[in-house]
Amino acid sequence: MSTATHTPKAKVPPAAAGAHNHPVVRAAVALGRVLLALIFGLPLVFMIVSSFKPDNQIFADLASINAFLPLGDLTLENYLGVFDRVPFARFMLNSIIVSVLTVGLGLLVNSMAAFALSRIQFRGQKIILTVILATLIVPFETMALPLLWWSNQLPWIDANGLSQGWLDTYQIQIVPFIANAFSIYLFYQYFDSIPRELDEAARVDGANWFRIYRSVVMPLAGPAVATVAILTFLPAWNSYLWPLMVVQSEELRPAMVGIDYFKQLNVSWGQIMAYATIITAPVLALFISFQRAFISSIASSGVKG
Amino acid sequence: MTTGIIRKVAAAGVVAALSVSLGACTKGGSSTTNQGTSANGTTELAMWTHNAGNEEELGAITAVVDDFNASQTKYKVNIQAFPQDSYNQSVVAAAASKKLPCILDTDGPNVPNWAWAGYLAPLEGLDETLGKFLPSTVGQYKDKNYSYGYYDVALAMFSRKSVLEKHDIRIPTVDQPWTQAEFDGALKKLKDSGEYAYPADLSTGFTGEWWPYAYSPMLQSFGGDLIDRTDFKSADGVLNGPEAVAWATWFRSLVANEWVAAKGGADSTKDFVNGKSAILYNGSWSAKDAREAFGDDLVVLPPPDLGHGPKIGGGSWQWAVSSSCSAPEGAMEYMKFAAQDKYVASVAEATRNIPATDAAADQVEAFKPGGENDIFRQFAKEFAVVRPETPGYPFIATEFTKTAQDIINGADPQQALDQAVLNIDANQQSNNYFE
Repeated sequence: MSTATHTPKAKVPPAAAGAHNHPVVRAAVALGRVLLALIFGLPLVFMIVSSFKPDNQIFADLASINAFLPLGDLTLENYLGVFDRVPFARFMLNSIIVSVLTVGLGLLVNSMAAFALSRIQFRGQKIILTVILATLIVPFETMALPLLWWSNQLPWIDANGLSQGWLDTYQIQIVPFIANAFSIYLFYQYFDSIPRELDEAARVDGANWFRIYRSVVMPLAGPAVATVAILTFLPAWNSYLWPLMVVQSEELRPAMVGIDYFKQLNVSWGQIMAYATIITAPVLALFISFQRAFISSIASSGVKG
Repeated sequence: MTTGIIRKVAAAGVVAALSVSLGACTKGGSSTTNQGTSANGTTELAMWTHNAGNEEELGAITAVVDDFNASQTKYKVNIQAFPQDSYNQSVVAAAASKKLPCILDTDGPNVPNWAWAGYLAPLEGLDETLGKFLPSTVGQYKDKNYSYGYYDVALAMFSRKSVLEKHDIRIPTVDQPWTQAEFDGALKKLKDSGEYAYPADLSTGFTGEWWPYAYSPMLQSFGGDLIDRTDFKSADGVLNGPEAVAWATWFRSLVANEWVAAKGGADSTKDFVNGKSAILYNGSWSAKDAREAFGDDLVVLPPPDLGHGPKIGGGSWQWAVSSSCSAPEGAMEYMKFAAQDKYVASVAEATRNIPATDAAADQVEAFKPGGENDIFRQFAKEFAVVRPETPGYPFIATEFTKTAQDIINGADPQQALDQAVLNIDANQQSNNYFE
């Protein structure tokens, strides 16, 4: 296992390097990149452009390149309609609370679990790691109902005293997703690449395990933190099925469920595009902010998103 | 950079945690937990509806609830609105965790299944009132009423008078709908004109319940059905008999002849309004947009008579009382109060749907005899066929959808229908025929 900083760059044979510098190859590579950019970028362009068009025009433009161009009767009506139709600020706040807490607590819990598995020697360590990894193959949909049932049995203490059942709360949207096998694996992989000599030096200086975790290992795990943060944030932000099942009150619904508000018998396509544009913005912003660290960690861990 | 990232994430987490700790972890204010007896002795009843995002209908329902709450002091109904697209999942999840509200709305064809599953309680003392409702607006199971709706919707064909006249196509009426030969002939003429890639849009781009709702009436018009309704035990003979095979063969030919797209656009009404198709098959909810676009040129047509008279699907959203309601007498009191004609009229008017009672229809201008939407009420009265009232319907609907999509994409009609019958019968049998 190696990291970006520890991995020696692969040596490219001179002949192959020369072939890569050939103008035709470079042009083909550039063309390929443009095509990929179009494939991934055009849906976003379509979404943003359509969010400024009336419904009828969206459909009239579908048959031509106009679908991707801000032409015709452009309007902000769709955006105004979004704010009229859904409690937008509330939904966004809910999504931010759920996503940030899931990410924050997830980073803490999963990195600690990975640290223990990577650094502390104990009996059954490998078995535990294997069992954790095995849970990756269980799709969420298969455990959604049992999870719902269990969540409904759990106790909770709040200002009104002890109550049973977590349904229709924030915690039910957060707690089940804090521990994450994939995040543990990513951290484990990354921690394993950090030289153990550093731990030993710290131990000689009298550091305990927590101190090593906090002051030695975590400060070196920036790219892994960024990757896990993004990979945890995305499903938390995009969460749809689970909040649909466990949240009944409008004031606790996250932004993704809000998109259903526009799917009536007569669907408001322009408003859907406007809403989708607004709720996509935080994800794009997050990715752009963490892009460098994210790509660095992906490259070093060999994980393909 | 590393410490910076960790600090940023930690700071954000603390901010969010603080927000949550300042009261956000409490239960939602108007959830199912918001039912019970309050300090002043009023019994609170939670009511769920599928109308989040649908201002008109939610407004009309809220007005009914406000009237009820103001009419007495013993009960207070609290509305919780859910988005329609995901409403059923929310209800089923709530039922699984025994958290259903006292009053809830439900899509008509789901009523037998939800009644059989024990989610719903029969409506007591409403038989006489519901006798005045359109049959398709009352949900029944085992001869008991479980739900009623303020309105129904109707399937229809939409076209433009100018287009039909230009191509010398007869404009059909309720008394004289198109025959199968006439309908096919009209589509051929329109296709041959070269003006339309697909002259008719049967809304094949829609998904889910639309398929059985829209296309099983065509099967019924051929003389077939989704299940043998004498005992609701088997689909054999009705879903794979000669009539059903004739329907499937014809249905497939619509696509094979390129009269209809195998998968239409996401919004067939918008495509029709943009002139992409000459004939639209959709629900009465399309009328508003189409009328705005074409005015008097728009014609609303009955579906074709494919042998056994025109048929359309029946049953829309209806109100019911959950079996787990802790104050069933309060819920029933609300249901009686809300079944008044004036509320049927106000909700139907707000949603532009067909009022469930004659008295209510007389109060809504568009549905009075000769009103611009009266034709939909005529369709509902003359042609509506309720989807099979069996708890097995959700499975039948899924199976029919899959089979119809296979057929339209070229599957052999007899084989596809035989397989559907096998699957449906196996499901009915494995559930002991839901007895």
